Amino acid sequence: MAEREQRRRSETPHSTEEVEAASSPASTERSERLKGELDDLLDEIDEVLETNAEEFVKSYIQKGGE
Amino acid sequence: MRDVITHDKAGERILEQLAASAEDRLREEGIDGDIFLFKNNTDSANNSYGCHENYMTVRNDDLSSYDEVIIPFLVSRQIWAGAGKIFENPRGGAGFSISQRAAHIWEGVSSATTRSRPIINSRDEPHADAERYRRLHVIVGDSNMSEYAGFLKVGACGFILRMLEEPSVVFRDMTLENPTRAIREISNDLTCRRTVRLASGREMSALDIQREFLDRALRFAERRDTTPEEDLVLAMWQHCLDGIENDPLSLHRECDWVAKYRMVESYRERHGLALSDPKVLLLDLQYHDVNRRRSLYYLMQDRGLMERITTDAAIAAAVDQAPSTTRAKLRGDFIRRAKERQRDFTVDWVHLKLNDQAQRTVLCKDPFCYEDERVQKLIDSL
Repeated sequence: MAEREQRRRSETPHSTEEVEAASSPASTERSERLKGELDDLLDEIDEVLETNAEEFVKSYIQKGGE
Repeated sequence: MRDVITHDKAGERILEQLAASAEDRLREEGIDGDIFLFKNNTDSANNSYGCHENYMTVRNDDLSSYDEVIIPFLVSRQIWAGAGKIFENPRGGAGFSISQRAAHIWEGVSSATTRSRPIINSRDEPHADAERYRRLHVIVGDSNMSEYAGFLKVGACGFILRMLEEPSVVFRDMTLENPTRAIREISNDLTCRRTVRLASGREMSALDIQREFLDRALRFAERRDTTPEEDLVLAMWQHCLDGIENDPLSLHRECDWVAKYRMVESYRERHGLALSDPKVLLLDLQYHDVNRRRSLYYLMQDRGLMERITTDAAIAAAVDQAPSTTRAKLRGDFIRRAKERQRDFTVDWVHLKLNDQAQRTVLCKDPFCYEDERVQKLIDSL
C-alpha cells in the first residue's frame, strides 16, 4: 500500500481560500496540489478496486427488506 | 449532535466487525468467501432501501408545516446532503445524479415504505409519551459516508424543527407545486441552479430555497443563546451554500456527491472510460463499502481528503459505550450488568425487562432521562 502522507486535517468548516480568484499564484499552487492529491488517490484506487467489475456490480442485488 | 455521527459511525464499525467474524465462521465450515456490506441506497437492479432519520417533535405541531416548510427543506437539502449516484438510462448511456434516493420517491407523506415511497413516512410511533411527542420519520435521505454531510443533515433539520415549535417564527410558504418532480429535477442538475416551481407559481432553485431557510435560522439564532455545536451547524450550512453558489464542485471535502463525482471524473479521464463502464459503476458502489480497507470513501478520508466531525478514538469508544445523555445510557448499563450476571433479559426502545419469574419491567418513556432510580434498583438487584 502506498505511503499515506499529506494528512492535512483542517477542522474548520470555513475553507475560505476555496473562493480565491482563479488567476492568483496561490490558486495555481493549490490546483497543482489538488491534482497531485488526486493522482496519488487514483493510484491507490487501482490497488483496492475489486477485480471483475462487471460481474461484481451485477451481482449486487438486494433480496427482501424494505 | 456530534454523538449522532459518532454513534452512526460506530454502527458502521460494528457491521464491519460482524462481517469479518461471519467470514471467519464460514471459513471454519470450509466455505471461503468475502462478505461485502455497502452503506448506500440502491442496488444494481434499481431497488432502493432507505436511510431512515427520526426526529422527535412536539405533539401539538401544525401539520401544514409539512407541505409548507419541511418537505421543501428536505427536497432541496440534497444539494449538500446527497450521496451521488451514476444512473443508467434505459435507452443507453448514463448520467450522474446528486441523490441516490430521489428517483425512488413517489409521494409527499404516506404510510407506505416499499411501494409508493414517500418523503415522510407517517408512522407515528414516538417511543416516548405519545400525548406530548410525535415522530417525524424521514425516509427521503441518502446514507452519508461523509461525517460533515451527516452532521449538517441532522443539525440543519434540528434548526428547522426548533423554529417550527416556536409560534413567533413565521415561515414563508414554500410549498412545492410537485415535490416528487422537483426532487428529481434538483437531483439531476449538478449546477444546483435549475429552478423548480412552487405552488405560488414562483420559480426557485434548490440553492434559493436553502438560502431562505438558512437566513431564517441565522435570524433565529441571533435572538437566542446557541450552543457551540449549533453555531458550527450554521457556519457549515453557510459554508456549503456559499460553496455551491461559487462552484458546487469546490465542496469535495464536505459533500459525498461532490467527492464521489470528482473521483469518478478523474478516474474516467485517466483511463478513458465511459460513465457506464462497469469499472466506473464499481467506483460508485465501492465508495460505500463499510470495510475500511476496501472503501474508497475511507481511502479518501485516510489521505486527509475529507473533513471530519468526530475522531477515530471517539468512534471506537462508542462501539462499546452507549450515548451518555439519553436513556440509551440506562439501557446500556442494564444490559452490561445483566450480561455480567448471565441473566436473561429483553429490551426495546422503552422497556427494560428481566425474564425471570417476577418478570420485572421498567418503562423509560423519557428519551432524555439518563438517571433513573428505578433502573438503578433493577440493576442493583442483579
